[in-house]
Amino acid sequence: MKAAIVVFPGSNRENDAKAALTQAMGSEPVMVWHRDTSLPKVDLVLVPGGFSYGDYLRCGAIAANSPVLREVKARAEQGMAVIGVCNGFQIITEAGLLPGVLLRNANLKFVCRNVGLRVETSNSRFTSGYKKGQVLSIPVAHHDGNYFADARTLDELEAEDRIAFRYCGPEGRLDSNYNPNGSTRHIAGILNKKRNVLGLMPHPENAIEPLHGSTDGKALFHSLVETVS
Amino acid sequence: MKARIHITLKSGVLDPQGRAIASALHALGFNNVDDVRQGKYIEVDLKESDKAKAKTAVDQMCGKLLANTVIENYSIDLVD
Repeated sequence: MKAAIVVFPGSNRENDAKAALTQAMGSEPVMVWHRDTSLPKVDLVLVPGGFSYGDYLRCGAIAANSPVLREVKARAEQGMAVIGVCNGFQIITEAGLLPGVLLRNANLKFVCRNVGLRVETSNSRFTSGYKKGQVLSIPVAHHDGNYFADARTLDELEAEDRIAFRYCGPEGRLDSNYNPNGSTRHIAGILNKKRNVLGLMPHPENAIEPLHGSTDGKALFHSLVETVS
Repeated sequence: MKARIHITLKSGVLDPQGRAIASALHALGFNNVDDVRQGKYIEVDLKESDKAKAKTAVDQMCGKLLANTVIENYSIDLVD
């Protein structure tokens, strides 16, 4: 598998993502600067976390309209795998690759801690290494992770098995006490219709070493290596 | 020509910032405050003298970048 990471002014998790991909792939991903209009031929593009363009206007809005994102969008439509983590989720949502929007956290606080995450589907190239219902511990670090979409979109996501992860308590219990940002229906990550694009607020790249306190994020990158040609 | 653009959250979209402002106003004794919704105000200077063309352009700007129409409404006022 060949991968690229898109870097914007204000991205800050690109090297963590690079470490996670390198660990899983055995080779380094290509780093692509936001002004580049051409993408190398890769099987996966990762849009990392951070505060692209200082979160000006709306989180992800400016990055979503950058030249490189237009190229990412075009390739995604042809079937290339794209994963957006945290700010990357906000960016690809603003770009229209995924439905809905990420609003300011309901309690207005920046949350930075490990959360319980329930795997909702193993039917994707990102989650095939997990079991449906499996509970993971993965860190979040965001101010705007409150997923919102209208009821029709949410019903469609559920009906099409496109919710990848939900915030949960012990034993996978869904409870607003374990929802760190007020996300509608506890949604932490979703897939597009073709299942080749994943956006999620938690940071799997920060749960790949025992020193991180959890290695639950590893399987996501290994799933990609195994399923993406 | 100048475009004055107001961007507001659609009704039904939770506005925790507006809610925090409302409780701060209550704390200041403004008990007649019922609800607060926070939005954005953007001014765009345009090199355009034709009002219809300006309106079309600003409408596209709002749709493509300035507003996220999943959650936001916008209104445009053009002034000379």
